[in-house]
Amino acid sequence: MPRLVDLATTIRSKNAGVDHITFDVIFPDPSAYRRAVESGVLTRERLARLFNVAPEEVTHLVAVDSVGAIKFTLRRGRPSGSPGERDVFGSQQYPPLFDLEIP
Amino acid sequence: MDRMTLLSPTGHLGFTPIETGSFYAGVARRPDALIADSGSCDIGPYPLGADVQHSPLDWQRHDLEVMLVESRRLGVPMIIGSAADTGSNRGVDLFVRLTEEIAARRALPPFRLAAVSAEVDRDDLLARLRHARVSGLAGRPDLTPDIVERTDHIVAMMGVEPILAALDGGADVIICGRSCDDAIYAALPLRAGFPRAQAFFAGKILECASLCAEPFMAKETVLGTVSAEGVEFEPMHPQQRCTPASVAGHTLYEREDAYGHALPGGALDLRECVYEQVDERRTRVRGARWIEHPVYTVKLEGAGKVGERAIAFVAIRDPMAIAELETVLGWARRKVWERHGTPEKGAYELFLHIYGRDGVMGEWEPRRDFRAHEVGVVVEAVAPTQEQAMDIAALAQRNVFFARFPGARGTAGVAALPFDEVLPARPGYTWTINHLLPLSDPLELFPIRYIDVGAPVPAGGKH
Repeated sequence: MPRLVDLATTIRSKNAGVDHITFDVIFPDPSAYRRAVESGVLTRERLARLFNVAPEEVTHLVAVDSVGAIKFTLRRGRPSGSPGERDVFGSQQYPPLFDLEIP
Repeated sequence: MDRMTLLSPTGHLGFTPIETGSFYAGVARRPDALIADSGSCDIGPYPLGADVQHSPLDWQRHDLEVMLVESRRLGVPMIIGSAADTGSNRGVDLFVRLTEEIAARRALPPFRLAAVSAEVDRDDLLARLRHARVSGLAGRPDLTPDIVERTDHIVAMMGVEPILAALDGGADVIICGRSCDDAIYAALPLRAGFPRAQAFFAGKILECASLCAEPFMAKETVLGTVSAEGVEFEPMHPQQRCTPASVAGHTLYEREDAYGHALPGGALDLRECVYEQVDERRTRVRGARWIEHPVYTVKLEGAGKVGERAIAFVAIRDPMAIAELETVLGWARRKVWERHGTPEKGAYELFLHIYGRDGVMGEWEPRRDFRAHEVGVVVEAVAPTQEQAMDIAALAQRNVFFARFPGARGTAGVAALPFDEVLPARPGYTWTINHLLPLSDPLELFPIRYIDVGAPVPAGGKH
């Protein structure tokens, strides 16, 4: 079964303001995009479970047809750059998405 | 004018020096304006809270100089947003001084400089709180006087109106305090009569320069062409291309929502955007819409000090110590508690970042099948005084080294210290304010001062 990393050409995470980290998964063609959207793997509940957060911490989740992308946003535990920060730009939070299997 | 061209050489002026090859290629196209943003909250709350710059002064000077010289040679406006990383008054004053110095050194012909400040006085904000609701973003509670008191510096993100006012005042070069990235690009096309949606959409895409092109290259110049129907994007680096995928993908970048893009006074709606390849290297976008908001709001950013900080590093190679990692870390924490009380009682914080396990993702790390042959521990301590922070960091570091666990074979230390020292770190700050402030006049928080640079007789600024 292909993994998300096999289907998407961009998988990234980045700060969206000081309280959120947003994730963009961009597909190279409509068929890969539709396959991922219809797989039901990238749902609020599954993403929350993957990142070990409550579903309401997934503040946005949308399939963007015009781009061929799936985008979701997580609320940070603390504002960016506060003491205890692990990733001030939010740029290394995407790797767990790689291995999601897309039926 | 049926088209207006805007040149964007960098997404953060001074953060790394502008790549001049593609910049001069862009200048050769004789753009109608040179525009760059110089600040971001990505760099964390410290620079705003402590009111210090983040980027090296030499790089800021370099970037301002290449832009200023070409702006004056072409005779087109130059607009800089969020001066010197934070857009506080310090940043604006610094960029004004650098601009004046460059103009004198390069003997540039006279020009009118406008400085638009964006710092918000705490007392002014406290007074506003008495009769305005300042709502929290991202699920934060509304702003209270208590939060304002815990904040060291506050800036408001200006919209397009103060920049338009500076242009009306005859400014050739504008240095803005904290500003909405999109607005610094939108001002000139708006003033020339192009639709608000197109003007702001140009800003949305151009504000990160070459990040809207492929393959990935940062700090390369991009040219945007605004018309009544849409905006066209063309990278100035010969190896980059703006494709529908690269531009559409960039609309998602560093924004929490995919379609709605909130701005002072309204929002861009990207739902109906159509991306068309014009030729191999250019893409045109149509269909962006502007939704006017009934209440004009600006975003406030504020940072407040949490405590003094110290950091230390210790690494573990002993597989038994790694297998007993929780015992090892528990020992280190307990030794800190014995001397400083528990964190709750002692008003300090101790963070042990465990590289090799979950140092990058912490609680978000889904992989719990942790199997590393070496582990790095970054110790971070925050306390009311630096002396205490140093003490806590040293205690934690050395007690990873001296940790006790059953069956330990290494009796001369179960960890390695690349350097036996604790490093004083910058104080800890946090973003105390991320809120929306309603304004009755979009100009009211953003005073403009004019300086006639290189004028034979000081002409006297007007306010």
